[in-house]
Amino acid sequence: MDYLHFELSGQSAQLRDQPAVLTGVVGSGNLEVLIETAELEGLCQVQVSTSANGFAEIWGAVLNDSALRHDLANLRISINDGGATPAVVSLRLDQAMEDFLGV
Amino acid sequence: MGDLSEKHRSHSYYEANARQRIAALLDPGSFEELIGPAERCTSPHLDQLGLPCAFDDGIVIGRGRLSGSEILLASQEGGFMGGAVGEVHGAKLTGLLELALTEQPVAVVLLMESGGVRLHEANAGLLAISEILRALLSVRAAGIPVIGLIGGAFGCFGGMGIVARCCDTLIATEEGRLGLSGPDVIETTMGVEEFDASDRALVWRTVGGKHRYLLGEVDYLVNDDMAALRAAILQVHDESIPLTLESLEQEHQLLSRRIEDYGHCDDALDIWQKMGLAEPHILPLLAIQDFLEAVANRKPTDL
Repeated sequence: MDYLHFELSGQSAQLRDQPAVLTGVVGSGNLEVLIETAELEGLCQVQVSTSANGFAEIWGAVLNDSALRHDLANLRISINDGGATPAVVSLRLDQAMEDFLGV
Repeated sequence: MGDLSEKHRSHSYYEANARQRIAALLDPGSFEELIGPAERCTSPHLDQLGLPCAFDDGIVIGRGRLSGSEILLASQEGGFMGGAVGEVHGAKLTGLLELALTEQPVAVVLLMESGGVRLHEANAGLLAISEILRALLSVRAAGIPVIGLIGGAFGCFGGMGIVARCCDTLIATEEGRLGLSGPDVIETTMGVEEFDASDRALVWRTVGGKHRYLLGEVDYLVNDDMAALRAAILQVHDESIPLTLESLEQEHQLLSRRIEDYGHCDDALDIWQKMGLAEPHILPLLAIQDFLEAVANRKPTDL
């Protein structure tokens, strides 16, 4: 297992008062994303537990890419991953943000 | 936890995950999760084995309403380790059942999808199953109906197969499968000559919903449709079936009769033939309504 920690900066730094949302299911090549509101001065903390070791750089790239699409301010994102590909991770992050915002 | 929006509501129970099923079956917005994912009550064993955890350990439990009636509900997630029962997963289910004794809900509804005990957690999983069984029987003894529903991709096997058969009422879809040892376990231990787990038609006519209904193990066979399943749960959710020594002895007699009547059959088709069903080979192909009509006049399995 690899345990990774990232810190991203949000765009609007707005604090949303919303309940936590869990999206996705941990399985082979799949992951779950838990999004919670947290007062982090506009930052977004991401914790990743993944069964695929040695992919920290790619996780960083996928998360930064997601941060460009969504305003990830004052959020705590926790991920349990069963070896999902970057495309699946990206898709789940989009879904999780949609669920969180109730889009 | 936030409620899932309308667009995530699925019509197929089979295709939906544990949370989508809850959102589709209960009154909208009525579900209140207990020990939700944000509490991070995860398996203490998986991490040591280098396996990823799930924040809810593969089961969602909580309170909700069904057409206004207060119920307690559990939903197993087949996508996480086949819905297998680990220590935390099992403790959540046991705790929910024990909560029913103090909260006295109209019913406890179990959306079961599980391969049984999570073997990675060995004894903890086995103990969990016996605790679940004891709690379930206490709930029944208190006159609170426990309604089981089986219709997920992973079926309901092993210890959870036993739990299923201890419910007051069992509802299944044709796609739902119920058994003790699953097809792959039988093939691995007894050989492919005994049971070919890759033969899908054989698997379905042996452990599938239709056969379990014909044997009297499943009480209601319903289309794989959320609205139909919700209606089926509503129909039986306030029916407690007393579990007495007499009813248990009757069940034992029924099982003895079953092994006498069908013990020598090689295939479910032979059993259906012996039940007096004229064209057994077409039964797997029939839509649920046609199937129920076709089998309505079978020889009763009751004593």
